[in-house]
Amino acid sequence: MTFVPPASPDIAVTFQSTGYWTGVMQRLKRDPVSIACLIILTLITLSAVFAPLIAPNDPSVGKVMLRLKPIGTEGYLLGGDELGRDMLTRLLYGGRLSLIMGVVPVVLALLIGGTLGVTAGFTGGFVSVIIMRTTDVFFAFPSVLLAVAIAGALGSGLGNTLLALTVVLIPPLVRVSESATTQVRSLDFVEAARASGAGSFSIIRVHILGNIMGPVLVYAFSLLSVSIIMAAGLSFIGLGAKPPTPEWGLMLNSLRGAIYSQPLIAAMPGVMIFIVSLSFNLLSDGLRSAMDVK
Amino acid sequence: MLAYILKRIAYAVPISIGVSVLCFSLVQLAPGDPLTLVISTDASQEAIDAAKQRYGLDQPLPVQYFIWLKNAVAGDLGQSIASGRPVAAEIGNATVYSLSLAFIASVIAFVLGCGMGVISGYTLGSMTDKLVSAIAISGVSIPHYWLGIVLVVLFSVNLNLLPAMGAGNSDEMDLWQRLRFMVLPAITLAAMPTGIITRSVRALVAEKLSEDFVTALAAKGLTRTQIFFHIVKNAAPTALAIVGVQMGYLMAGSILVETVFSWPGTGLLLNNAILNRDIPLLQGTILVLALFFVVLNLVVDIVHPLFDPRIKRA
Repeated sequence: MTFVPPASPDIAVTFQSTGYWTGVMQRLKRDPVSIACLIILTLITLSAVFAPLIAPNDPSVGKVMLRLKPIGTEGYLLGGDELGRDMLTRLLYGGRLSLIMGVVPVVLALLIGGTLGVTAGFTGGFVSVIIMRTTDVFFAFPSVLLAVAIAGALGSGLGNTLLALTVVLIPPLVRVSESATTQVRSLDFVEAARASGAGSFSIIRVHILGNIMGPVLVYAFSLLSVSIIMAAGLSFIGLGAKPPTPEWGLMLNSLRGAIYSQPLIAAMPGVMIFIVSLSFNLLSDGLRSAMDVK
Repeated sequence: MLAYILKRIAYAVPISIGVSVLCFSLVQLAPGDPLTLVISTDASQEAIDAAKQRYGLDQPLPVQYFIWLKNAVAGDLGQSIASGRPVAAEIGNATVYSLSLAFIASVIAFVLGCGMGVISGYTLGSMTDKLVSAIAISGVSIPHYWLGIVLVVLFSVNLNLLPAMGAGNSDEMDLWQRLRFMVLPAITLAAMPTGIITRSVRALVAEKLSEDFVTALAAKGLTRTQIFFHIVKNAAPTALAIVGVQMGYLMAGSILVETVFSWPGTGLLLNNAILNRDIPLLQGTILVLALFFVVLNLVVDIVHPLFDPRIKRA
C-alpha cells in the first residue's frame, strides 16, 4: 500500500506547483461518472436541506381522497401515499433523515475509530493490544447483526440507531487506521523527525496524519453507501425513525401494503435509497482510482 | 499445520468469550430493570423469585455473567417472553431455515460472481466488462429489502409465478415445492455477495493475467483454454475464502430479507424479538449467530491454506 502515490511524470510537468489533492481533483474532474454522481448527490442533498422551501405540500397532512392516487395526480406530482400524503413532499423531506442517519455515523466512527487506530498503531504495546483485541470482538459480529443487536436492545429511536450504526462502523476504521499508522511509523522520515527533536504529537499530526489521511478518508467514504443502506434498513424493521416522520426506509415499510395496488409508488422510497447508495459507491470507486489507492 | 490449527483455535477462544460478554451486556444495555426484561409482566411472585434465583439477579454483575454463561453452555438461553417457549428451541428451528436459505444464496452468488468476474477480468476495459461492472456495483449498492419487494411485485403479483412469502407447509411439500418458496428470497439475499464476489474475482483475474507466469505459459505454447485453467487454479482459493465469509454475513444479515418474505428463519425471529421487545430471544439469537460467524471464520482460516499452500501459516 503506497501512501503518497508518486506523481506520474506528465502530471509532475503539467502541474508542477500543484499539491497532491489538486492532482486528485484534476483526475476526478476527468471522470464523467464521478462528476455525474457528485451532481446527483449535491442535488439530493440540497433538495433535502431546502425541503420546506421547495416541497409543494405538508409532509404530515394527508387527504383521504388522495390515498394511493397514481403518479401525475393533480397537485400530487408523484402520487399519494397510504394516508393520502404527497409522495414528492415526503420523498424530499425523507432525504433529510435518511442522509443524516447514513452520513453522521460514518463521520463519528471516523473520528473515534481513527483516533483509536492511530493511538494503537503509534504507541504499540499494551495499549495497542487492548484496543485491537476489543476491536476483534466487535469484528466477530457481522455488521448488520451488531447494529440490530444494539439498536434492538436499546429500543427504537433515532439516537439509539445512530449510536448502533456508529459502534458498528468504528472497528473497520480502527483496523484500517491502525495498519496504516503502523506502516508509516516505521518509515525513515519518522525516525528522522524524532531524531531532530519532534515530539510525539507533532509527529502524529504532521507525519502520520499527513500520510494516512488519504487512504483512511477514502475507506471511510466507501462506508457511506453501506451506512445509508443499513440506516434505512433499521428504520424499515421498526428501529430508527418512527411514523409519521418521513424517512425513506420507514416509508418503504409503511407502503408495503400498497405493492398490489400501486407498486410504482410503493417502490419509490427504495429507488431513492438505491440512487444515493449507488452514487456514493461509484464516487468512492472514482475517488479511489483518482487517488491511486489500491 | 497442526500448530497453525491449534493457534487459530486458541485465538478463537478469547474472541468467543468477548462475544458472549457483549451478548450478555445487551440486557444491561436495554433500558429498564433486567428482571422485567427476562420475565413477562404478569408473572406470579413465585415465578419472579424463581427467575431472580435462576439468573442470580441479586448477585454482582460478573457473577450474573458466569451464571448466564453456564446456562448458555448447557443449552439454556432462557425463555422467550412472547411465546413462553425456551429460546434455544425457537432458535433451533429457525436456524435450519436460515442456513438453507443462506446456503442456496451462497451457491447462486458463487456461481454468478465467479462467472461474471472471470468474464469481466478477461475482457478488461471492454463493453462486456463495463456491463458486468455496472451489474456488480448495482448489486453492492441495492437496498436488498427493496429488491425483495420489487421481485415480489414482478414475479408474484404481476406474473403470479412464485409464492410471495412464507416457507409453505413443509410437511406436505416435495422438494420442488419447497424450492419454489426459496427462489425469491434466495435471489434477493444473493444480490450483494454476487456483486462483492464479481468485483473481487475480476480484480483477481486481472491481476493474475498480468503476472509473469501467464507470459511464461503462453511462451511455452499453451492454448488459451489451458492458460485459463491455470488462472482458475490460482484464483479459486481466494474466491472460496470470500464465499465462505460471505455465507456468514448472509446467515446473519438476512434479517431484512426474511422480514420482507416472512421467511421463518433467525432473521424473522430477531424481527419479532425487536417488535415484542423480547430481550432473551434477541440475546440468544444474536449469541448463536455471532458464534456461528466466529466458527465459520475459523473454518475458512483453517481450510484456506489447504487449498492455497502459498498462504503463510503465521
